[in-house]
Amino acid sequence: MSEQLTMEERLWEYIDGMSTPEEKTVIDQLIEANAEWRAKYGELLEAHQLMFSSELEEPSMRFTKNIMEEIAVLQIAPAAKSYINKKIIWGIAIFFITIIAGFLIYGIGQVKWSSGSDGTKIPVDFSKIDLSPMFNNTYINIFMMLNVVLGLFLFDRYLASKRRERHKEA
Amino acid sequence: MSTGQNDNELISNVLGGDQQAYAVLVDRYKSYVFTLALRFTKNREDAEEVSQDIFIKAYRALADFRGASKFSTWLYTIVNTTCITFLRKKRLEVYSLDNENVFEVADSQDSGLRANLVEQKSRVNMVNQAISLLSSDDAEIITLFYKAEQSLDEIAKVLGIETNAVKVRLHRARTRLREKMQKHFAAEVNDLN
Repeated sequence: MSEQLTMEERLWEYIDGMSTPEEKTVIDQLIEANAEWRAKYGELLEAHQLMFSSELEEPSMRFTKNIMEEIAVLQIAPAAKSYINKKIIWGIAIFFITIIAGFLIYGIGQVKWSSGSDGTKIPVDFSKIDLSPMFNNTYINIFMMLNVVLGLFLFDRYLASKRRERHKEA
Repeated sequence: MSTGQNDNELISNVLGGDQQAYAVLVDRYKSYVFTLALRFTKNREDAEEVSQDIFIKAYRALADFRGASKFSTWLYTIVNTTCITFLRKKRLEVYSLDNENVFEVADSQDSGLRANLVEQKSRVNMVNQAISLLSSDDAEIITLFYKAEQSLDEIAKVLGIETNAVKVRLHRARTRLREKMQKHFAAEVNDLN
């Protein structure tokens, strides 16, 4: 079966003109010398020609007219690259990077480095870095506030775009 | 009428405000688009509706066509996504290539078409009928390759898959089409020999 498949695959490539010149020579010889290959080639070639003979279907006579009537009231949308605002993309990126960085710094600040094994020494003594001013109530509140405002802003933009899409569809 | 112009020139005209130039593009590709849509919908009315939708979408998005590929390849990408969306909306099942039941389902869907076959023995009708019995995936790839003059690379772009995967799919589709023809049109095939 798999041998048969390989034979068919090779013959289809040959018929489609996609075989390499070396492969083409080999298949030419096989078709010439081997009855099984010759029969299969004849069968596939006939199927190939039949597939080419299939015809395209035609839509109704008014098809083009209908489309032209529809688009008469439409305008071509500006190219996507012209309305994709890079500032928004950067805003989203900064939003997520700030959150990730914030959590990482906070997480690292919480680690008790002294409880680890004493086999390896980290060149920086993290326990001596004082992060408490960064995480006092005022800073955390400002950070969270900024995130909430940014989050609400992005959510609003998302809802507005959805609303516009719905209007367009309607 | 600007019929002698190539696709890119016509698109430039449309983008420049000559809306009538789009009619030339529609006339040029309507049969390809309609045939592809029909392979999915298996129904002329739906295919016409979907085809119109495709051309309207293409018009709206024309400014996004950068000319990196052929216009036809870009257009068939819209055909593919619109037809898949249409099938989803209609809650019809999109059958997987690996689903063996696909042929039986296709058979049952097109029993009406086959009923007319006794009167339509021509070679062209036979092939078209056999293609209509295939799953939409198989019928699409055969139409793209044999009728829409798309290379394997271009079909890969349209379908969003690798060229090698296109090769495999095309091979399977051709095998299934031959099986269909043997099963349903064996006498007609023999008449042609």
